[in-house]
Amino acid sequence: MTIAREADPVAAEAELRNSGLDREDLLTVYRNMLLTRGIEERGHILYKQGKIPGSFYTGRGNEGAAVGIATAMGPDDVGAPLHRDMGVHITRGVEPWRIIANYMGKEDGPARGKDGNVHMADARLGLIAMVSHLPAMLPVAVGAALAFRIREESRVAIGWFGEGSAARGDAHEAMNLAGVRRLPMVFVCDNNQWAYSTPTHLGFATPNIADRARSYGFEGVVVDGTDVLAVYREAKRAIEKARSGGGPTLIECMTLRMEGHAVHDDAFYVPKDMFEEWAKHDPIERFRTWLKDYADLREQEEEEIAADLKKLLNEAIRRAEESPLPDPATVTEGVYAAPEDLDTPHHK
Amino acid sequence: MAERTYLQAISDGLRQEMRRDKRVFVIGEDVGVYGGAFKVTLGFQEEFGAWRVIDAPLSETAIVGGCTGAALMGMRPVAEMQFADFVSCAWDHLVTVAAKQFYRAGTPVPMVVRLPSGGGFSGGPFHSQNPESSFAHIPGLKCVCPATPEDAKGLLATAIEDPNPVLYFEHKHLYRRLKAEVPEERYTIPFGEARTHRVGEDISVITWGAMVHTADEAAEELAKEDVSVEVVDLRTVMPWDRKAVLASVEKTSKVLVLHEDTRTGGFGAEIAATIAEEAFESLDAPVKRIAAPDSPVPFSPPLEKAFIPQVETVASGLRELAAY
Repeated sequence: MTIAREADPVAAEAELRNSGLDREDLLTVYRNMLLTRGIEERGHILYKQGKIPGSFYTGRGNEGAAVGIATAMGPDDVGAPLHRDMGVHITRGVEPWRIIANYMGKEDGPARGKDGNVHMADARLGLIAMVSHLPAMLPVAVGAALAFRIREESRVAIGWFGEGSAARGDAHEAMNLAGVRRLPMVFVCDNNQWAYSTPTHLGFATPNIADRARSYGFEGVVVDGTDVLAVYREAKRAIEKARSGGGPTLIECMTLRMEGHAVHDDAFYVPKDMFEEWAKHDPIERFRTWLKDYADLREQEEEEIAADLKKLLNEAIRRAEESPLPDPATVTEGVYAAPEDLDTPHHK
Repeated sequence: MAERTYLQAISDGLRQEMRRDKRVFVIGEDVGVYGGAFKVTLGFQEEFGAWRVIDAPLSETAIVGGCTGAALMGMRPVAEMQFADFVSCAWDHLVTVAAKQFYRAGTPVPMVVRLPSGGGFSGGPFHSQNPESSFAHIPGLKCVCPATPEDAKGLLATAIEDPNPVLYFEHKHLYRRLKAEVPEERYTIPFGEARTHRVGEDISVITWGAMVHTADEAAEELAKEDVSVEVVDLRTVMPWDRKAVLASVEKTSKVLVLHEDTRTGGFGAEIAATIAEEAFESLDAPVKRIAAPDSPVPFSPPLEKAFIPQVETVASGLRELAAY
């Protein structure tokens, strides 16, 4: 039996109005979800064209969860999003051309060619660059929350992890410390049901990851991750609770990873009917229907958004392709920071 | 100047940094109410409060990972590992996250991890290690190994000021055995500048940490035999002062590299290789290494004595070099 609270879907327009999202905000959410998917779809093509080295990861199916959480963040909040959370980078305002440049290992990617794919972050937008060793970003995010608490700032840190990495000790230590110190922290579990080829029942023995929250002294919530508005509502609630001294929350966003672990993986181990079932709950289609029903989304508006995004993506790819590759002579540059490198918004 | 133990010098240095910079905070197991397992932070919580001297759960991963996050947000964290040995539990956060974050993301991680290290008192396999070589191998980390009270204080100030993750290895066996004059005012000692602990003409010993004193005692014995030994204290293993090492070797023409960590892959191997590459023509004898044997640190006193390089072992090594 699930111990965590199971979040209700968003009932109607009135609930949204009370949350502070107006029609324009809702269209921005929709646009961010489309852009998230668009970047990953175009990236996939570029990868197949041989224009992206290494491997390629997408978060198809997770657009609603990522955009929903990021939309609830305040401008001074920080987060450490992962490889299924492109929507967080988009919502925080990372420019698409720089994301494509990062994929390509170009000079203008946030990682400047030093790291690839989604291992990037724009610190000016309150983002921390992920590492591959998941969920190592949870203790790091908890440390950010600790800094906010020490300085008595009204800021919240968001730490993402997947249900697979929830098996590692970092998750326990981070949640335990955050719980003990009631830190302004929100843990977000992207539960896409498959850790590479490992299903949830081989990863943990409880019905939900969010069930663990109670043992750390805070609330756990399970939310339908394909319902961007429900994710937003729960994130907003958790973030504002953390901001007002109420301590952490663990939000578990239920989705299905709609593609393989990475581009090389055809996900043969995922039952076909599982894909078919979850395809009916595509987060973008679902939100589009909601917008038509409750926010009077018109066909003409949709066409305008689609045309605008197409232009944006074409321009992004063009600019990324023009961006230079890094100079091989710079391979050892930036291993150690110099005192003047501390001249950042965070360190002033 | 005041006479302070090595431990008091660390404590003084840390307190001074916390008084002058509000961004500096301490986190570790039992560092608050108890004042730390070795009492380095005794009285700190009364002075700085429970949010700047933070008693953490037994969570090295969360302590070091948390320091990384706090450093990224503009703080100057100083983590205490209760014993250097426990840093293995935080390996990932030092090596995977903190060491690489500036290179990958351009965001500096100014943090210090204090590591009470070294043996000599039957601490056994898990309370005696000297893991500096493992971390010196990781690009992005800096490793500091002070050998005197004055250096302990000055190098700690530099470590806290440094914009990178710094591992500060404080030798437990020196904590209360070593007492010397230490300036009361704040001062820093630059990283990567070795100190000539003892000037000599015939043989150079390159070492750091507690072995500086072992080398010095051995040199004292050799002096009676009319052999003049120079002891070079690296102070920081990463960055390390190649120039000073090569200059000393070029002067004496014979060199012993000495450390308390185990031999194979120990940092002494890097130093020996560099000397072979860059000072080969100055050498009148093969480079000699003395280090702990390749075993865990044993518990029982006779075994531990056989493990940690002793004054007599170093003296006979020096005699062999002198006779070569």
